[in-house]
Amino acid sequence: MTDLQGAPTRSPGVGALVAKISVLGGLDAIAVFLAAVLVGRGDYTVAALVVVGAIILTVIYLSERLLPAKYIAPGLVFLAIFQVFVIGYTVYIAFTNYSTGHILTQDQAVEALLSQSQSRLPDSPSYPLTVVESGTQLGFLVTAPNGTALLGTEESPLKPVDASFANGQAVAVDGYTSLRFADILGRQDEVSSLAVPLSDSAADGSLRTLDGRTAYEYTSSLSFDSTTGVLTDTTTGESYRDGGEGSFVGEDGTEILPGWQVNVGLDNFARAVSEPSIRGPLVYVTAWTIAFATLSVGIIFALGLLMALLFNDPSMRGRTAYRIVMVLPYAFPAFLGAMVWSGMLSQSFGFINQVVLGGASIPWLTDPTLAKVSVLMVNLWLGFPYMFLVATGALQAIPGEVREAARMDGTSRLQMLRHIELPLLLISMAPILIATFAFNFNNFNVIYLVTGGGPRDTGAGIPVGHTDILISLVYKVAFTGQNRDYGLASAFSILIFIVVAVISVISFRRTKTLEEIN
Amino acid sequence: MLMTRKSIAAGALLAVGLLTTGCSTSSDTPTASATTAAPDTTATSTLTVWVDAERADALAQAATDYEAQTGISVDIVARDNSTLKDDFIQQASSGSGPDVVMGAHDWLGELTTNGVVAPLELGDKATDFLPVALDASTYDGTVYELPYAVENLAMLRNADLVPEPAANFDDMIAKGTAAGVEFPFVVEQGENGNPYHLYPFQTAFGAPVFGRDAAGSYDSTQLTLGDGTGFAEWLATQGSAGANTMSTEITGDIAKEKFTTGQAAFWLTGPWNVKAAVDAGISVAVDAIPSPGSEPAQPFAGVKGFFVNQYSQNKVAANDFLVNYLGTVDVQVALFNSGGVLPALTAAADAVSSDPIIAGFKAAGLDAVPMPAIPAMGRVWEFWGIAEAGILNGAEPDATWAQLTSDVRTAIDGS
Repeated sequence: MTDLQGAPTRSPGVGALVAKISVLGGLDAIAVFLAAVLVGRGDYTVAALVVVGAIILTVIYLSERLLPAKYIAPGLVFLAIFQVFVIGYTVYIAFTNYSTGHILTQDQAVEALLSQSQSRLPDSPSYPLTVVESGTQLGFLVTAPNGTALLGTEESPLKPVDASFANGQAVAVDGYTSLRFADILGRQDEVSSLAVPLSDSAADGSLRTLDGRTAYEYTSSLSFDSTTGVLTDTTTGESYRDGGEGSFVGEDGTEILPGWQVNVGLDNFARAVSEPSIRGPLVYVTAWTIAFATLSVGIIFALGLLMALLFNDPSMRGRTAYRIVMVLPYAFPAFLGAMVWSGMLSQSFGFINQVVLGGASIPWLTDPTLAKVSVLMVNLWLGFPYMFLVATGALQAIPGEVREAARMDGTSRLQMLRHIELPLLLISMAPILIATFAFNFNNFNVIYLVTGGGPRDTGAGIPVGHTDILISLVYKVAFTGQNRDYGLASAFSILIFIVVAVISVISFRRTKTLEEIN
Repeated sequence: MLMTRKSIAAGALLAVGLLTTGCSTSSDTPTASATTAAPDTTATSTLTVWVDAERADALAQAATDYEAQTGISVDIVARDNSTLKDDFIQQASSGSGPDVVMGAHDWLGELTTNGVVAPLELGDKATDFLPVALDASTYDGTVYELPYAVENLAMLRNADLVPEPAANFDDMIAKGTAAGVEFPFVVEQGENGNPYHLYPFQTAFGAPVFGRDAAGSYDSTQLTLGDGTGFAEWLATQGSAGANTMSTEITGDIAKEKFTTGQAAFWLTGPWNVKAAVDAGISVAVDAIPSPGSEPAQPFAGVKGFFVNQYSQNKVAANDFLVNYLGTVDVQVALFNSGGVLPALTAAADAVSSDPIIAGFKAAGLDAVPMPAIPAMGRVWEFWGIAEAGILNGAEPDATWAQLTSDVRTAIDGS
């Protein structure tokens, strides 16, 4: 094992090899198990992805030539699962009508509609039931209110029979095997879908059971023709067809729900920018979102830098103690911080008005302008310690000689900051500022926990507030109220992504010019 | 040397191959046998039931007893109540959803619009339930929910401060003021209002939200909310510009704190807050809600119950568990003993009414009406509280109420 060309990587120990094989073997075993389960459930695409992924991973780690791939493969796997899939799925949803009333497949929607249209005949009796079987065909043996036994199957309507009784209930009949409740449990789908006609005329209704113990007379107000795809209301004669937008639509345009999920192309994007009730709020929510993110970055950076400069001054005493205090808001969970602030800013019961301002009644969270100021201040409190830490580090990384040389040349403190420290700081901090902007653009926590987007804009057609940013508006569209619209919310998310991406790309371009100073 | 490494690599591939084939066969076999064997075995059904985490313990015993009785095992899964409904709607049709889910009747609009719940048949048992429970569990003429508990607001009174119940709203304020506490009366509001808690006062002026059609279902085309001008005017007299008996500054937490520390004489709230008051040492009496108008103050009733998943593979077992087991007196009383909310079955409700607090809520609930579950109600909630909060804070009542009515009308027509 010690020939001259033998680099350490080319001669792994037996132990390492065994470890490698067992880890890979385990991984592949899990992959095969997953694939088997997925195939069993009919998810062939996902199963294929799992198998292909496992093969690629195995090849990478058994090959001797794919060294770089060995390092990046785990990262790529997690990237695929947690980023690519999630983003891909969001994009997919944005092109569908996935929303309240449109979550099923068409077959499921038909099943639900037919099930909901079953209604028990008024004042009809209940029939104690014994489920019977002849060959593989199930039938209902029921006891009529007058004490006689009736038997029927899917094809043959209910007819009187001679049956044996126990406790006044017909329990067995010649030519049929009676099923025990335990037997019924093994064939629940058959039993609950069985409809025994009451007579030769379908209009008279049929006998059905839900619990396997009692049967009732039902009629259905809807019928579905699977060859033409037409749903007919049997009471009014009105027919409903697939309207092309994921639901059945009648001739007069009435839509009946539940419907199903379909691809709607760019409809959601068109609605996001064209529907008047959304468009109005969208404009000012977008403006406020950009203002919120920009102002947040500005004040957080300003305060963080100021603090860093102060505490970086060697003449200041007890700097360590101050620095620890400064970092506290950062160490405190942001959720808790935001909620505590929300309580402290309450108009008549909050700590700020009651104690700090001696009983003032300032509407911190309920006045449109003050609410905006409040969320910015809370965000500043939550955000500046991080900026302070980063700025401190960046300041300390500036070589002492640079400052000393400047001082020798007779620069003032302000000139030093303006021409030496700030440009050098921005090189390392520009990416962080861009990241802070992107984070605050989607800073749902602070908005949701401090004001909940409020105060409400009473003039808007949708429940939107004066401090709502785009992401909290998306949340309100998708996840509150009785009419969820996941498709529209996904379309909004993509629009937000485009805005953030464009701003980030432009900013990164501009920071490149900063780096050239070096 | 090179040969050796190659053979090791080949051996490794072979080993992996063997491992994987070994695994695939061993994992295939049980799945196959499970699916084919199921119909032949007796009573191996397992019902998966999603319940509000707070009620999971109460149901665990019922589940064990049911299994002993029928052989059907019931798997109670505790879920976070705030995400229960959405999770159910999204997973019901996917095959990974539960067979049965616990919920509230006002979910019915959403559940049926999404087509995820199956109708139930209570049969002759229907009339055994409290009328309001049966009414609430019926949507568009069909029963979908097996009701087990009824919740409604009532007036909690600090009996040490005020020994006698109030005859009407003004009498309550007078009695509370005479008791010499900071707040004669508190009710949960908040910045965006809280129409649920103000609804009894609104109905006292004869303005329910929706009228009902011939079949007794709430009808979104009959928006009777607009008749509430009298209520709006009264509300303005109680707001910050008037007697200030109600304020948007009083949140649920503040109202609870004021009553449990003895600083408030009356508290309009539901059964979920009684424990906090009793634990704080307050001598709590539960009265019917005193009316400020000419008609009785009717609170909303919320009916908790169980729904069957439309796509369950165990519908027979699920229906049997609900109708023939959870709908019996003994089980409803047992659920009451661990939950403390009025049972929906009349016989069970009577059986537990020896407790004066429960009897108080039951009496206050005699006038209760089911909260509308129709999707149009969602549109009402969007604007209702904001309008009421505005009136409490001094907005012109008639114009604000007219605006509310037209906003709701537009939103319902537009959806």
